[in-house]
Amino acid sequence: MLISLFITCYNDTLFPETGKAVVRVLERLGHRVEFRREQTCCGQMHANTGYGRDALALMRHFLAVFRDADLICVPSASCVAMIRDQYPRLAAHAGDARLADEVNELLPRIYELSELLVDRLGVTDVGATFPHAVTLHTSCHAIRSLRAIEQPLRLLQAVRDLTLSDLPGRTECCGFGGTFSIKNAAVSTAMLDDKLGCVLATGARVCTATDNSCLMHIGGGLRRKASDVTCLHLAEILAHDRPDRPGTP
Amino acid sequence: MIRVGAAAEAPPFDQLARVALSNEQTRRNVRHATDVIRAKRDAAVAELPDWERLRDAAHAIKEHVVSHLDEYLEQFEERCAAAGGVVHWARDADDANQIIVDIIRSHDGREVIKVKTMTSDETRLNVALEAAGIAPYETDLADLIIQLGDDRPSHIVVPALHRNRMEVRALFAEKMQLPGLGSEPGDLTAAARDFLREKFLRVPIGFSGANFAVAETGSVCVVESEGNGRMCLTLPRVLITLVGIEKVIPTFADLEVFLQLLPRSATGERMNPYNSIWTGVSALDGPGEFHVVLLDNGRTRVIADADARDTLDCIRCGACLNACPVYRQTGGHAYGSIYSGPIGAILTPQLQAMEHSRSLPYASSLCGACYEVCPVKIDIPAILVHLRNRLVESGNAPVGERVAMKAAAFAFGSATRFEAGQKLARIAQRPFEEDGWLPRLPGPLAGWSLSRDLPAVPAESFRDWWARRETAPTKPEGSP
Repeated sequence: MLISLFITCYNDTLFPETGKAVVRVLERLGHRVEFRREQTCCGQMHANTGYGRDALALMRHFLAVFRDADLICVPSASCVAMIRDQYPRLAAHAGDARLADEVNELLPRIYELSELLVDRLGVTDVGATFPHAVTLHTSCHAIRSLRAIEQPLRLLQAVRDLTLSDLPGRTECCGFGGTFSIKNAAVSTAMLDDKLGCVLATGARVCTATDNSCLMHIGGGLRRKASDVTCLHLAEILAHDRPDRPGTP
Repeated sequence: MIRVGAAAEAPPFDQLARVALSNEQTRRNVRHATDVIRAKRDAAVAELPDWERLRDAAHAIKEHVVSHLDEYLEQFEERCAAAGGVVHWARDADDANQIIVDIIRSHDGREVIKVKTMTSDETRLNVALEAAGIAPYETDLADLIIQLGDDRPSHIVVPALHRNRMEVRALFAEKMQLPGLGSEPGDLTAAARDFLREKFLRVPIGFSGANFAVAETGSVCVVESEGNGRMCLTLPRVLITLVGIEKVIPTFADLEVFLQLLPRSATGERMNPYNSIWTGVSALDGPGEFHVVLLDNGRTRVIADADARDTLDCIRCGACLNACPVYRQTGGHAYGSIYSGPIGAILTPQLQAMEHSRSLPYASSLCGACYEVCPVKIDIPAILVHLRNRLVESGNAPVGERVAMKAAAFAFGSATRFEAGQKLARIAQRPFEEDGWLPRLPGPLAGWSLSRDLPAVPAESFRDWWARRETAPTKPEGSP
C-alpha cells in the first residue's frame, strides 16, 4: 500500500529520527512510503494561539499538498486532532462550502501512526525488539480527541523483550500546551513537575508517546533534572528490530 | 455598569498564578479537595448508564433556551407575577444592586441574610449594601468563612476550598470569640450553627441566588447541602432572589435532567440534600413578599457571539475546575474573578466584552479535561480558541507574538521558505547550543528555559535525509 507521510513541521525540524523510524516500520511491513516535499505545517500553533487566519492559509496549503493522497500517516496525535477538530471549524468560518467539502474528503484519509497500524493495517506486532523498561504517556489529544488509547498500548505489548509499566496519573496533561508553556511558564512547570514525578515513579528507562511535543516537554524537564530517563517517540521503539543492537535509550 | 466582581482591576493570570504557586499550604488544600470531589464525581457519574444521553438532553435544552431567551423570560415573569411574585429587570450590576437596596430600604431593613450568592458576588452586592448602611450576613457555611476572613471565593461550588479545617478553626475562634473551639468538623459546624441561627431567627429579610428559574410555572429552584438555604428561603418575611437571565429553563419536567446532572457533577452526590422550589408567595407559609431580579450584566452580548454563546449553558457545577490541571495547580484566586477555572476563563472576559481579563483565554493548555466532564457539554477548549482569535483580531496580542506568528506563517507558506527557516534556525541557535541542547533561550522564549532544556535543531532535517535517500545509489543508514 502507498502511504503518504505528513511528518509535521517540528518532527521534520527537531526529530528527524522519528520520521526515519516511521519509514522503516512501514517499509518493513511491506508498504511503500512517499514524502511530498511541498508539505510544511498543519497550522496548529497558529490556530491554538488565536491566529485563525494564518491557520486557514496553512490548511489550504495542506489540502493542496495532500489532495490526491489516499492514505496519510501522521506521527503526531496533536496534529491529527488539529486536522480533525479544527479544520472543519476553520472551513465553516471561512464560509467556503467547497473548502468544507475538501476537508470532509480529507478526514477519512488521515491516520495517526498507531491508528494506521492497528485500525487500518490490522497489525499489532510490527516485528520490533526493545529490551528496556518503558512507560507510555498518552497525550491529551490522543485521549480526548483521537481516543487512541489502546492502539499504542497494544503495539508496545507486542514488542519483544519490552517491559511496560503503567504511568500513574495518565490522563493528566503534561503542561506543554504549545504557547501555553511560554505564556504561563510557571503553571506549565508546576504541571510538568507532577508529570515528571509520575514518570520517575515508574522506574522506566524510556518514556514514550505518540506526540513528540509532549516528549519534548517531558524530555526537556528530565534533562534539566539530570535524569537518565530518555524520551522516545513510539515509532522509534517500533523501528528497533535487531536484538543484537539494543538501541540508544 | 457591567461588572464581574473585581475582575476588571485584577492583574493578569500568569502574575496571580505565580503568587498562588508560591503558597504551598493553599496548593495542598486545593489539590486534596479537588482530588476528593473528583473521585466522588467519577463514581456518581459511573452509576448512571444514560449519563451521555443526559448530557445531550441538557445541552439541547440549554441551546434551545438561549436561542429563545426573550420568550421564556417573559413567560417566567408572567407566571411568577401570577403567583404573587414581583419581577424586576436589571440591565447591569449597578442596576441590580440599586433595585435590591431599594427593596430592603422600603422595609426599613438594616440587615439581610444571604445564601447562594455567587451572582451577587458578580454584582458586588455586599459592597453596595454596606454603602447603604445594610449589613449582609452570608449563611452558606463556605460563604460565611469567606466573609469572616475578608477573603475571596476560590471555587464556584466550594468557595472556601482553599482553606483547611485548621485555618477555619482559627478564623471562627477569633471572629466568633470562641478561644476554646475544637477543630473537629462537628465543633466547627456547631459554632457556625449557633452563630447563624440567631440571625435566621432575627433578620426579616432574606436574599438568595438561584440554580434554575422555570418559565412554565414561574418557580425558582435552589439546591444546597446544608439546610441554611432552606432557612434563608423560608424564615424571612421578605425574600429577594437574584437570577442571571440564562438560568431560565422551559418546563418543570426539565428539572428532571438538571437535578440529576448537577449534584453528581458538583459534589458527587446522587441528589442534593436540600432541593428548594417555590412559586411566588403563599398566604400561610414562607415569605409574604417575594422579588425576583433578572440580571443581564453582559449576558445578552455573550449570546450575540454564536461561536461562544454555549458559555451561558453553564449550570455552575464546578466539575471543570476540579478536572482542570491548571486550576488544580493554582486554585481559583489566580483567575482574578469569582468565576474561576475553565468556565471562568471563558465567562469572565466575555461578560466584560473582552475589555478586561484578557489573559484568561490563555490560562489553559487546551487539554480538554473540562469538556469531558461538563454536564451540559460546553466545548470549552473550542471557545477558548475562539476567544483567543477575537483578542488577536482586535489587536490585543503582544507585538512580539504577532510578529513571530506572522513570520512563522510566512515561512510555513511554502516548502522553500520553510527549508530556509530550518537553515536559519541552525545558525541562530549556535550561541546557545550545548551538546545538542539549548539550556537557555533568549527573550520571549525564556519562559521555556525556566524548567526545560530544548533539543537543538539537528544538522539534517527529515526532508533532507529523505532527499539524500531518494537520490543515493545505495540507501543511507536508517533504511531497511
